[in-house]
Amino acid sequence: MEKEIIKKVMKETNPKRKYLQNGIMAFLFGGGISLMGQEFLFLFNDILKLDIELAKTLMYMAVIILASLFTGIGSFDKVGQVAGAGSFLPITGFANSLTSAAVESRSEGLIFGILSNMFKLAGTVIVAGVVSAFIIANILYWVRL
Amino acid sequence: MIKIGKESYLFDNVYIKTTSTISGKLEQLGPVGGFIDKCFSNNYCNAKTWEKAEMELLDSAVKLVLEKGNLHHDDIDLFIGGDLNNQIVINNYVLKNYPFPLLGIYSACATLCEGLFIGATLIDNVNIDNVIVATSSHNATSERQFRNPTEYGGQKSLTTTFTTTGAGACLLTNKPTNIKITKATIGSIIDSTILDASDMGRAMAPACADTLIKHLRNFKENPSDYDLIVSGDLSKFGKETFLKILKEHNMELNNYEDSGLMLFDIFHQPVFSGGSGPACIALVSLGYLYKMMTKGAYNKILLIATGALLNPIMTYQKETIPSIAHAIVLERV
Repeated sequence: MEKEIIKKVMKETNPKRKYLQNGIMAFLFGGGISLMGQEFLFLFNDILKLDIELAKTLMYMAVIILASLFTGIGSFDKVGQVAGAGSFLPITGFANSLTSAAVESRSEGLIFGILSNMFKLAGTVIVAGVVSAFIIANILYWVRL
Repeated sequence: MIKIGKESYLFDNVYIKTTSTISGKLEQLGPVGGFIDKCFSNNYCNAKTWEKAEMELLDSAVKLVLEKGNLHHDDIDLFIGGDLNNQIVINNYVLKNYPFPLLGIYSACATLCEGLFIGATLIDNVNIDNVIVATSSHNATSERQFRNPTEYGGQKSLTTTFTTTGAGACLLTNKPTNIKITKATIGSIIDSTILDASDMGRAMAPACADTLIKHLRNFKENPSDYDLIVSGDLSKFGKETFLKILKEHNMELNNYEDSGLMLFDIFHQPVFSGGSGPACIALVSLGYLYKMMTKGAYNKILLIATGALLNPIMTYQKETIPSIAHAIVLERV
């Protein structure tokens, strides 16, 4: 089977990705989740009159708990298929990656299953976040000296 | 048994005594679900883990094929099987329950035809009576191993294929029945040039075309010599690529179907671009096609099982996906 023919046909049959549709969905769902977070902040800060820092923490907790619950009942992946980056990028994506990995690994027990695999997908975010924070902090420190 | 050309073989005395097919719910609800022997009501299959569920599927297939063939454990000379899991553990762990001499094999979704070839070769050349060839796959075990946890919310691309939850077993024998295995063509690895592991259907299309071309050339046949040509799991996008590659070789098919599109209704079931997994062609060929052949609806079918021989590590190392396809001919006698 000649490689030139394979390459040619692969190029011709490459499916068109739905960038516009995915982009619009990501915008709507991502915006929706952010709006929900903002509403939680209003609830905790303005209505329940809690300290702003506490309100922020509670808002994060609320969103994470909701994302984990949705993952646990099997609905998050259905939403994620439509929302794409809209549900994946906010903290809901992080919560889902931890929860889904933990739920899946239950069959291997507590130590080698849940505890070991929970950060399998989220590890990238954590390492990248910590390393980039370190680099930026260093740059700022030495620049300000 | 004689060799024809470089890749093909002609069998004399290999028959299918009976088959068994077991599946999950989604497969039962598909177009050929009525031809599946037993269906579980969900993918847990009454087991505690996904892996044990797949073992339950394979074990049920083996038990049923023995029952349908009216044979006992001692009657089986050889068991040939494989699955998608690392170290083909589903196959190995299920065989703890049986005393059969075992050959474990792996060619991903092409496992069934590789197994049928090996079984047929031994039956035709050595004095053995009964060989079981079986394979299984499970949507969750496959997602876990090759992709992400089942509840992961990341968006899957539109070329994604849906791993079949099911198992199929085939009992081969040297005693004449209505359905015979007459020919086989062994494929070689074809570099698909594809890097995207979620584009498996298209990755397997070149291998499928290559094996079909070699098969027809060796036996000096035309596609129309067959009532039906059935590929393993190219699904929607792979089918289009396959037909286009054949067109580049001046070949057009009007008697071609893909198992991934026969097993599932891609317009009404949440299966993205179609079915995949070793059980895909197993459920379609050992269920629907075999039963239709025994009724006389088809006389001569060419099965081309296709396998994408990747693993996540090689994909992350940005290596193109190698694929293979093996062909088996079933004939009604």
